[in-house]
Amino acid sequence: VKGTNTALRASARKLLVILEVVVSFECEGRSETPRSSVVNGKQQIPVLQTNNGPSLTGLTTIAAHLVKQANKEYLLGSTAEEKAIVQQWLEYRVTRVDGHSSKDDIRALLKDLNSYLEDKVYLTGYNFTLADILLYYGLHRFIVDLTVQEKEKYLNVSRWFCHIQHYPGIRQHLSSVVFIKNRLYTNSH
Amino acid sequence: MRLFVSEGAPGSLPVLAAARRAQGRAELLISTVGPEECVVPFLTQPKVPVLQLDNGNYLFSTSAICRYFFLLSGWEQDDLTNQWLEWEATELQPALSAALYYLVVQGKKGEDVLGPVRRALTHIDHSLSRRSCPFLAGETESLADIVLWGALYPLLQDPAYLPEELGALHSWFQTVSSQEPCQRAAETVLKQQGVLALRPYLQKQPQPSSLQGRAVSNEPEEEELATLSEEEIAMAVTAWEKGLGNLPPLRPPQNPVLPVAGERNVLITSALPYVNNVPHLGNIIGCVLSADVFARYSRLRQWNTLYLCGTDEYGTATETKAMEEGLTPQEICDKYHAIHADIYRWFNISFDIFGRTTTPQQTKITQDIFQRLFSRGFVLQDTVEQLRCEQCARFLADRFVEGVCPFCGYEEARGDQCDKCGKLINATELKKPQCKVCRSCPVVKSSQHLFLDLPKLEKRLEEWLENTLPGSDWTPNARFIIRSWLRDGLKPRCITRDLKWGTPVPLEGFEDKVFYVWFDATIGYLSITANYTDQWERWWKNPEQVSLYQFMAKDNVPFHGLVFPCSALGAEDNYTLVSHLIATEYLNYEDGKFSKSRGVGVFGDMAQDTGIPADIWRFYLLYIRPEGQDSAFSWTDMLLKNNSELLNNLGNFINRAGMFVSKFFGGYVPEMVLTSDDQRLLAHVTLELQHYHQLLEKVRIRDALRSILTISRHGNQYIQVNEPWKRIKGSEADRQRAGTVTGLAVNIAALLSVMLQPYMPTVSATIQAQLQLPPPACGILLTNFLCTLPAGHLIGTVSPLFQKLENDQIESLRQRFGGGQLEESLELKVITSPPRRYTKLEVGGRVMVAGDTLLLFPRQKCPPSQQLERL
Repeated sequence: VKGTNTALRASARKLLVILEVVVSFECEGRSETPRSSVVNGKQQIPVLQTNNGPSLTGLTTIAAHLVKQANKEYLLGSTAEEKAIVQQWLEYRVTRVDGHSSKDDIRALLKDLNSYLEDKVYLTGYNFTLADILLYYGLHRFIVDLTVQEKEKYLNVSRWFCHIQHYPGIRQHLSSVVFIKNRLYTNSH
Repeated sequence: MRLFVSEGAPGSLPVLAAARRAQGRAELLISTVGPEECVVPFLTQPKVPVLQLDNGNYLFSTSAICRYFFLLSGWEQDDLTNQWLEWEATELQPALSAALYYLVVQGKKGEDVLGPVRRALTHIDHSLSRRSCPFLAGETESLADIVLWGALYPLLQDPAYLPEELGALHSWFQTVSSQEPCQRAAETVLKQQGVLALRPYLQKQPQPSSLQGRAVSNEPEEEELATLSEEEIAMAVTAWEKGLGNLPPLRPPQNPVLPVAGERNVLITSALPYVNNVPHLGNIIGCVLSADVFARYSRLRQWNTLYLCGTDEYGTATETKAMEEGLTPQEICDKYHAIHADIYRWFNISFDIFGRTTTPQQTKITQDIFQRLFSRGFVLQDTVEQLRCEQCARFLADRFVEGVCPFCGYEEARGDQCDKCGKLINATELKKPQCKVCRSCPVVKSSQHLFLDLPKLEKRLEEWLENTLPGSDWTPNARFIIRSWLRDGLKPRCITRDLKWGTPVPLEGFEDKVFYVWFDATIGYLSITANYTDQWERWWKNPEQVSLYQFMAKDNVPFHGLVFPCSALGAEDNYTLVSHLIATEYLNYEDGKFSKSRGVGVFGDMAQDTGIPADIWRFYLLYIRPEGQDSAFSWTDMLLKNNSELLNNLGNFINRAGMFVSKFFGGYVPEMVLTSDDQRLLAHVTLELQHYHQLLEKVRIRDALRSILTISRHGNQYIQVNEPWKRIKGSEADRQRAGTVTGLAVNIAALLSVMLQPYMPTVSATIQAQLQLPPPACGILLTNFLCTLPAGHLIGTVSPLFQKLENDQIESLRQRFGGGQLEESLELKVITSPPRRYTKLEVGGRVMVAGDTLLLFPRQKCPPSQQLERL
């Protein structure tokens, strides 16, 4: 992934640039099937080459850098607590969500996340942050594959996910996942 | 805030060291809990250390806790620290937890322990020496140092695991370890016992996933192959060596195909597309294409297979369309039947029969079933109030009436639904109703109709389902839909209509009525077969010998799983009933927005004009087949899948394998001397092949396609690792090795061509022609991987299979299909069978007639989303 600071600064819609960089990497790097993200036995990791500084390696590192470049630091959290929580979920994204992710792993992950989101609008509680964005991108390929019944089972995840995908400019060219507003499987849980 | 730690948990090291930073900034309570205690309420697995914040939230990531302490001290986040922490989480931790597991739990030593982490340690060393800074993120000790030190300390405190040659790492580690907070943390956690202090904790942890899956430094392939048993490998090798001799003779083609006693007789139907529309991508994947893949697969298994489909031609919608186009219904049917047939031919659908429902056989069989039901008392008569246009001298179907909406006053409400407020309307409730044809005012008249007494048949249906469903391959959505209908109890269903275009009702007093399409459409399968062979009853009255697979979109489930079985059970004529009902979900177009108007979407005949070959369409539609959940067609995704999966993966592998044979061995398949690595690959391919079979036997079409791509991925890797293009220039042994690798690769390509046949028949045939694969090997797919191209076999001319799709090309297609179909909307919608129109059928009950297939919903007035709920 290559970008220049000048290009980033010049852009009036900097957040979109960030998202495009991140999403285009994610789509090229992993064409949906988890296995293809592994090239020659190694997970592909993005590198950002800037004009006036050392290169940066790692998805969340680059994303945090670009967020700062775009003067959108609030996306990294505003209080010490919030900042730590954002970073915690970014780490979760690259370790748990991008991990080996067997079906069981994903089910466990969704279960935990569902219970975490029970009383939250966003991952930090009330503020939309980079953690929501990257977790959304990371989970997309799994959520797309959920059955209607599973989406209902992970109701809080579905609510959060649906909310984020409708956030202006976030979804980019990822497919919109359809969530049914009425419960179909009321007996199943 | 409160910190939860556990005896021997390595995460305590950096956390306790970092906690010193926050001293005086906040009150910190420390509690010790057991290693299996779940502190964080939302996490299923126990996790320590955990920091409970004053607002109730939890930090369960060691790095995040350390970061929080640093943030409290006024430190500001920077890129370099972030980069180190991300690397620590994604690279270092998996390696370290493997090393610690070997060392502490398994008691291994030396290189066994150091091996997994060597690369990570070297990385730190190089970074430190390159930047010539004493600390990871600059001139002073900071968060990155504490987190990495804490992670590494248990291992590196034993000098045996701190390699001498990594000088920079060495001095960094000594410096950080000598800091007072770190010393204290180390004493608290390791208690002078060294790494063994971690044992009670680590023993209780699950094995690190880096050991279960791919180890960080290893090729994924080797790890996966490691799970194979010697026996599996030996069996795969034996099967391979038998080669072509293993193949049974090809089943000779038969005409007509008839069931054979003692064989597996597979009867496959695809939902009959409604004739008055050009089928769109959703129809194609939902029914005919899915059924085609299964039919082709079934033939590859040498099962005795009959695949039939046809156009559903009777009904109001045809009459409407005829009126629109100024043709007779028969002319409309002829015209559109030909369009359908052409499109399916282009998509290479391998029907044995593609018939139609407007035939004398249809009348004969429908009337026979009706007479049997009637004489057995399963038909009721009742009066229905309907609008009648005196001027046109006929009862008006809902879509022939317009008027003022009784709910919102909209002037042009249709007889079934108001376009403005969206409410469903009972046509008799419309204010100022008008006949759409002559614009005169219709009157309410009562009309006699016949009803199928479903409540009386319910018990038989349930018994049949009880015997059929367990162990069958009915898709979960089909089971669910049928269950919910039964749970609500069945109601009598009207089976007649005041129409001309239909099967006549053979009963006095009903001469000017016809059967309603939902009663006789499913009988179409029988009549289409009857037009194919006069021995049709051997398929349709032979439940003992025939397995019936019916493919459809989920909205068609009630007809196939409930209405037709009830008719057939009531007729008491030993009909073959559906054994496996395969229902897809919906396919959306691009970003999934509905276009409620008339038949909007990408249509089959337009697919031909894109210049993209039919097989690429087939591949992509099957790749996104709405199996188990809705999916969406996306142009960009189609480009990505074509370029990544077909061109770079599958096409690349098959082409390289063939090219090596041509270029290095003059077109003759070389001798193969299998090494144990090759044997493992054989076994691995066999395993994936068996997985493919398991999936397709369960009609998991989309999933089975992944197996093909997985095998070719392994093939690519195999070529990449063994580099035959280099070895061919080397010693005799190297050349022999190049031969083996090429020979095995080209045989994998041959196998893939057969596995691919159900999905991409033309590409499959092209590969087989290029490789000159012997005919029996082309037509049969066993569960074992055979050597079908033995040494000395001469292949044909190899050329690339796929073309790259370019962004410009796709972008212009997207625009063309955005603007071309419907000017006002760039977002087209394709859905397998959108519930577009509602036609009132009986008092309170509703049948919806979509443009393409029939939809039947239980009686209830509710908007479409809630109707979904009913399903």
